[in-house]
Amino acid sequence: MSFEPKNPMVKWVEARLPITGMLHHALYEYPTPKNLSYWWTFGSLAGFMLVVQLITGIVLSMHYTAHVDLAFDSVEHIMRDVNYGWLLRYMHANGASMFFIVVYLHIFRGLYYGSYKAPRELLWWLGLVIFLLMMATAFMGYVLPWGQMSFWGATVITNLFGAIPVVGDTIVTWLWGGFSVDNPTLNRFFSLHYLLPFVIVGVVILHIWSLHTSGSNNPTGIEIKDKQDSIPFHPYYTVKDLFGLALFLILFSAFLFYAPNWMGHPDNYIPANPLVTPAHIVPEWYFLPFYAILRAVPDKLGGVMLMFGAIAVLFALPWLDKSRIRSARFRPVYKQLFWIFLLDCVILTYIGGQPAEEPFILIGRIATGYYFAHILILLPLVGMFEKPKPLPASISADVLSKKSSDEEASNA
Amino acid sequence: MLKLIKKLSVVALLSVISITGAQASGGGVELKTSTWKHEGLFGTYDRAAAQRGLQVYQEVCAGCHSLRHVSFRTLADLGFSEAEIKALAKEATYVGGPDDDGEMFDRAGKPFDKFPSPFANEKAARASNGGAFPPDLSLIVKARGGFENYLYSLLIGYKDAPEGFELADGMSYNSYFGGHQIAMPSPLSEDAVEYADGTPATVDQMAKDVTVFLAWAAEPKLEDRKNMGMKVILFLLLMSGLFYAVKRKIWADLH
Repeated sequence: MSFEPKNPMVKWVEARLPITGMLHHALYEYPTPKNLSYWWTFGSLAGFMLVVQLITGIVLSMHYTAHVDLAFDSVEHIMRDVNYGWLLRYMHANGASMFFIVVYLHIFRGLYYGSYKAPRELLWWLGLVIFLLMMATAFMGYVLPWGQMSFWGATVITNLFGAIPVVGDTIVTWLWGGFSVDNPTLNRFFSLHYLLPFVIVGVVILHIWSLHTSGSNNPTGIEIKDKQDSIPFHPYYTVKDLFGLALFLILFSAFLFYAPNWMGHPDNYIPANPLVTPAHIVPEWYFLPFYAILRAVPDKLGGVMLMFGAIAVLFALPWLDKSRIRSARFRPVYKQLFWIFLLDCVILTYIGGQPAEEPFILIGRIATGYYFAHILILLPLVGMFEKPKPLPASISADVLSKKSSDEEASNA
Repeated sequence: MLKLIKKLSVVALLSVISITGAQASGGGVELKTSTWKHEGLFGTYDRAAAQRGLQVYQEVCAGCHSLRHVSFRTLADLGFSEAEIKALAKEATYVGGPDDDGEMFDRAGKPFDKFPSPFANEKAARASNGGAFPPDLSLIVKARGGFENYLYSLLIGYKDAPEGFELADGMSYNSYFGGHQIAMPSPLSEDAVEYADGTPATVDQMAKDVTVFLAWAAEPKLEDRKNMGMKVILFLLLMSGLFYAVKRKIWADLH
């Protein structure tokens, strides 16, 4: 199914720059396992959200003013005076949350089906890099409206770098562009908030390139063996992803049109005031698990290291997980551990939003301990001792056996 | 598919619990609640209440609180006519200029003007209010946990301090304010305003009315938003159905 253009113009271009053929290969003929479930939709949804954020963000920046005296008012100007400004801003603010929802689901799907294992280690790494870039971008974006949470969130997070021995204070001053979070900080955050999404686009291209080199993983975790196992991406997965997209957009719309401030914090509708500290400084929900890990350690440097360590260990996952079986479907023990790990992450999210007092501190410490124990201890051990279930002969054999058992079930 | 939906809803439920838990902060005092006509999927602002609320704002609140994000022209949303808006704006005076001689001059307000602020700056506001700064009210409903119900509760929450409660000089006791000490003296009293439509101006009524007005001030595009949302979601439901049917058809020839 190689690409042979008929249009002379396309032919002419193709001979000089084979971009049409590349796109044709990537979006049309890309041989995809025939058994991908809807859990595989979240990758393309994440790509879609990146585009939404880029478009809404670029238009918003045409009306926004990055200055401590004007930023808050310019956001209100967007909300009140710019045509459909409210729609753009709510889309962008809720879009960030939606982006994180789909990316978290995408990551957990990778964890469940062992998508990080050879030969997809680099693919996994590039995904983690995107995740890190997203967090930096989202954090700086939250600072831009210059509300109380913007200001105090920026203060708390930038101060973390002060924990670095010897050069900590110098680094913090350098980050701020001064001796406190002020106009230079806001300006550079705006600049970087505009820049980083394009860096994300670049890494996304590498991520997809790497994906198309090793091919998609699938619910069985076994590789494509012959033609029977795969189908072309188009029309099968384009239409499946479009259906997933439509469903996802209903969820997005529900927040956007009916609860646009539900995931925000009321304090961010109060203009930033360096003299008044909010009672509880809470980051956006998607940072809460990491915030909980940060606060689990009484020592500042220790907390910061543990927080960054929580993501760093994910880079080592392909080597920590000793099992040669990818999919949790065939790993009875790992499957249980996966759900406990997910629950642990939900607990961390909850704890991250609670004030630093008992019993939340203790629960936070236990959950933090378990987070690392799961990745650093349980995962290697389970890989060594677990007795996996027998794997199907091939992807299509698995699909056929499922189909016949479904038919039996419906006949019974 | 069904299994996926089940799993997704479990994850969603857990996340909702964890996030709501995360955000449920506050004084721990149960707020007085009222039903607001602008709540719900099809809710729209109660025009009559909002118009009365504007009167309460202008006659009671505006002495100390600004409303600096709201321009007079947007009052058209609440059913005010152009002539009424012009008349309302004209009552305020703004500094215009400079004129051709380089002089600043006073001019009457126009519909495009924002509501005038009672004080020139924060220092002036504090000087006139015993050191306290009356916050701008444009976003107050969105800027406090509890939202409409918080504002409503606060406005009707004044009472004598319980025995043994040390009230600082010039402060008032309010059941719903964090720490219960509030610098704002009880703003509403029976018949503080005289409603043109004959509605009895009880404290409860005025509190509700001004809350509706300020809810509109904080979220003036709420009706546009819900209106568009309904169309978008109906469209998406249709699209989902269509895509699902196409997906079934395309996948049918497989296996």
